[in-house]
Amino acid sequence: MRDLNITSVIPPFQERGRLRPWQKNPKMQKTSDMAEMEVGPLIQVKVLFFARARELTGLTDISLLMPPRSTARDCMSKLLNKFPKLEEIYNSMVVALNEEYAPESTVLRNSDELAIIPPISGG
Amino acid sequence: MAAEGGEATEDLIEILEASPTPIDLARYVNHVRDPAAGAIATFEGTTRDTFEGKRVLELRYEAYVPMALRRLRAICSAARAAWPLRRLAVAHRLGTVPVGEASVFTAASAVHRADALEACRFLIDEVKASVPIWKKEVYANGEVWKENREFLQRRNALASSSCCCATKVVMDDDAAADAAAVTAADDGGSGADKEEFPAV
Repeated sequence: MRDLNITSVIPPFQERGRLRPWQKNPKMQKTSDMAEMEVGPLIQVKVLFFARARELTGLTDISLLMPPRSTARDCMSKLLNKFPKLEEIYNSMVVALNEEYAPESTVLRNSDELAIIPPISGG
Repeated sequence: MAAEGGEATEDLIEILEASPTPIDLARYVNHVRDPAAGAIATFEGTTRDTFEGKRVLELRYEAYVPMALRRLRAICSAARAAWPLRRLAVAHRLGTVPVGEASVFTAASAVHRADALEACRFLIDEVKASVPIWKKEVYANGEVWKENREFLQRRNALASSSCCCATKVVMDDDAAADAAAVTAADDGGSGADKEEFPAV
């Protein structure tokens, strides 16, 4: 019979193989996702589609969840995967971040607003 | 109508939501009229009925309005930094603009006409190069999104972290062609940043 007062339950010998890392090493902290512990929570980015980009995606905007420290380029890649038709303007478009033109290497932050700017034709 | 005041309300910047009403040109001319000004220069961009032999029925405009206003304000600031000016006005119409009507209007006043004329030219050139407004050309048998040559020449600078106004960027057609070739080769996998292309 197990003593119910003990603070850790040691499973029967034959189940040792199923121990999680923090059970094998009691000093390690348990987290629900060991990968996220170092990186941080996902960030939410709103993407706006204009003109040809809107026609190709069928949307005026979309909300994306991205890993922290994602760049605008990472976001573009994800959009290209999601909407392969964007290939048509991928090399001619630029991006705007929070209403300013930005390089694709710009690191995104939570609640940023990205806009897909196909070649403009004002005037 | 979406509007931005300039410094001390000197500049009138408006993006006019879709409507059958033509731009009220007198409104903008009167805004730049100034007792100290010896000159008012204006530019009116109008829908023409032919493009490369094709009959154009109408133009349809849309914009990323908050950013377009921001860009217009920056352009007016850049014009003021480059020329001694009295007042500026820029208006851009959205929606359908029939043949013969104005889609864009720029006006500049200055003590001397050279400054007014050059600033007015600068305003429309910068609208063409960097303001997020798009037009669709509608023909009897189709429609196409237009692309301003000025934007294609400027886009490497826009995608870099440097200033995107013409005072700091000069690209000739050869450089633009080289730039287009470079960015076409950068197809998302090579890791080459677009901003590494030198902004001339």
